Amino acid sequence: MFLQINKLNKHFDTKKGTLVVLKDIDMAIQQGEFICAVGASGSGKSTLLRQIAGLDAPTTGEVTVDGKRITGPGPDRGMVFQHYTLFPWMNVQENTEFGLKLQGVPKTERREQASYFLDVVGLTQFAQSLPQELSGGMKQRVAIARALASEPKVLLMDEPFGALDIHTKESMHQFMIDLWQRTNITIFMITHDVEEAVFLSNRIYALGARPGTVRKEIHVNLPERSHSVKRHSTFHDYRDELMDLLRAHGQEAVAAVA
Amino acid sequence: MTQTSEPRSNPRSIQALIKPKTIRPTVFWRLAEDIPKPLYTALTVTSIGLPLLLWWAITTFGTIDPKFLPSPAKVMEAFGRLWSTRELLKDTVASLWRVGVGFLLASLCSIPVGVLMGSFPSIRALLEPLFGLMRYMPAPAFIPLLILYLGIGEEPKITLIFIGVFFFNSLMVMDTVKFVPKDLIEATYMLGGNRWEALTQVILPHVLPGIIDACRINLAAAWQLVIVSELIAANEGLGRRISVAGRFLRTDEIFVGLIVIGVIGLSFDLLFQYLLRVSCKWASQKR
Repeated sequence: MFLQINKLNKHFDTKKGTLVVLKDIDMAIQQGEFICAVGASGSGKSTLLRQIAGLDAPTTGEVTVDGKRITGPGPDRGMVFQHYTLFPWMNVQENTEFGLKLQGVPKTERREQASYFLDVVGLTQFAQSLPQELSGGMKQRVAIARALASEPKVLLMDEPFGALDIHTKESMHQFMIDLWQRTNITIFMITHDVEEAVFLSNRIYALGARPGTVRKEIHVNLPERSHSVKRHSTFHDYRDELMDLLRAHGQEAVAAVA
Repeated sequence: MTQTSEPRSNPRSIQALIKPKTIRPTVFWRLAEDIPKPLYTALTVTSIGLPLLLWWAITTFGTIDPKFLPSPAKVMEAFGRLWSTRELLKDTVASLWRVGVGFLLASLCSIPVGVLMGSFPSIRALLEPLFGLMRYMPAPAFIPLLILYLGIGEEPKITLIFIGVFFFNSLMVMDTVKFVPKDLIEATYMLGGNRWEALTQVILPHVLPGIIDACRINLAAAWQLVIVSELIAANEGLGRRISVAGRFLRTDEIFVGLIVIGVIGLSFDLLFQYLLRVSCKWASQKR
C-alpha cells in the first residue's frame, strides 16, 4: 500500500475531559487513486488530513507514505488548504516557485518547473499578477500548481472548493479529473459535498461523526467522468447511499447534543 | 411565572410595533463610504485654512494683547529673524539629530524583539509582563534618574527617547506578528520550509507594513519626548528655544517653535505613509 493509515486515534484534552476526535481509523490507498473522505461537521475529517500532512501527530497509530512513517510536514505531500493560502506579497509565479526555492532548487530550474505547472492549471497569462487580483477559483488553481511544482507523492486537499460558487466549482471538478488523468497523481481529498465526492473519486470513505470513524468504504464505478454523468442513475445511487449514511449520522449527532 | 405554554400571539400583530425606517441619501454624512473628490479637497483645505483665518481675524480685529497672541505676520517676522541668525536651523538640526539617533536605536532593537515576541510564545511569556509594566511608566518620569546616571549631555536625551519608543514599539510589532495567519506558516512547512525560513521569508514580509505603521506612530512619541527633554536641560534645540522664549515672553518665537515642530512631525508622517505605499503595494488596498 502506498498511503496507509493504521489504527489511528486522536484525542484532544479539553476542560470537560478527553474528546475523542478520531477513533480507529484504517485506510489503505494505492498509488494513482483519487480518494475522497466524506463526512459531516464533527467527523474529524480536517483533523485526519492534518495527521497525514504531519501538521499534527496522532495520539496512537500511524500514517505511512511509501512505507515511511510521517513525523512532520514536508513537500512530499502537497497540501491545498481550504482557505486560500497564497502569499499576498508574491505574484503568481513567485508563489508557485516558493516551495522549490525553499528546497534549494536553482532559479532557472524552478522558473521552468513553475511555468510548466502554471500552464497545467491554465494561468500562464496571470504569472505576474498578485493573488488579490485573482478570483477564488484562480487562487485555488495557483495553490494546486504550487503544491504540484514540488512533484509530491500525494496531493492532500482540505475542502478546496467549499468557498467557490457552483459554476466555478463544476469547472474545478472537471479540471481535477483532467489533472488526475493526465498526471496520474495520488489525491486524497476531504469534503462534505457528496456529489463532489462521487463525481471526482474512484473510492470514498464515508466518515461517521463524534467520534470520527470510517463508517463505510465505497468503490465508485461511473460509466464516464463528465458532467452529464450527474444525470445518470448510477450517479444517483451512489449519491443517495452516501446521503443516507451521512444523514443517519447527522441525526445521531443532534440526538447526542440534545 | 406559571404560564409556560401560552400560545404565541398572531405574528401579524408584531408589524404594528415595527417602526419603519429609511436610509436617506446623503453626501456629507456617508458612513465608511467615499465622498466626492472636490468635497474632500475642500474639507482638507478648510481643516488648515479655517484656523489660520480665525487666527488672523482675531489678531487683526480683536483686542487681544499681542504678548498673548501674536499675529501671523509677527510670527512670520520672528521666523525670518530666527532663520537669518541661523539659530532656528541649529535648533532644528539638534532636535532632529536626537530624535534620529534615539528613534533609530529604539527601532533597531524593538523590531527584532517584537518579531520574536510575536513569533515565539516562549519569548512572549518571558518579556511581555516586563514590557507591559514598563510601557505604563511615563518616559519623562525617568528624567531625574537619567540625569543622575548619565549627566546632562546628549546621552540622557537619547536614552529618554529610547525608553519612550522601545517598549511601545516592541509590543505593537508583536501584535502585528500575531495576526499572521497560521495557515500561511503551515503552508510554508508543507512546501519544505523550516522555522527559520517561515520566520524570515513569510512572517517578516507579512508584517512589514505593520512594522512601518508602528514606527510611524511611535515616531510621533519620539518627537514629543525630544521637546520634553530639551525643556529641562539643553543648549540648543526646538524645545530649548520654546522654553527660553517663554522666559522672555517672546510668544512669537514660541509660535515659531510650535509650528516648526508640527510641520516636521507631519512631514515624517507623510514620509512613512509614502514608504508604506511604495514598499508594500500588496497591502495598500487594505489600509
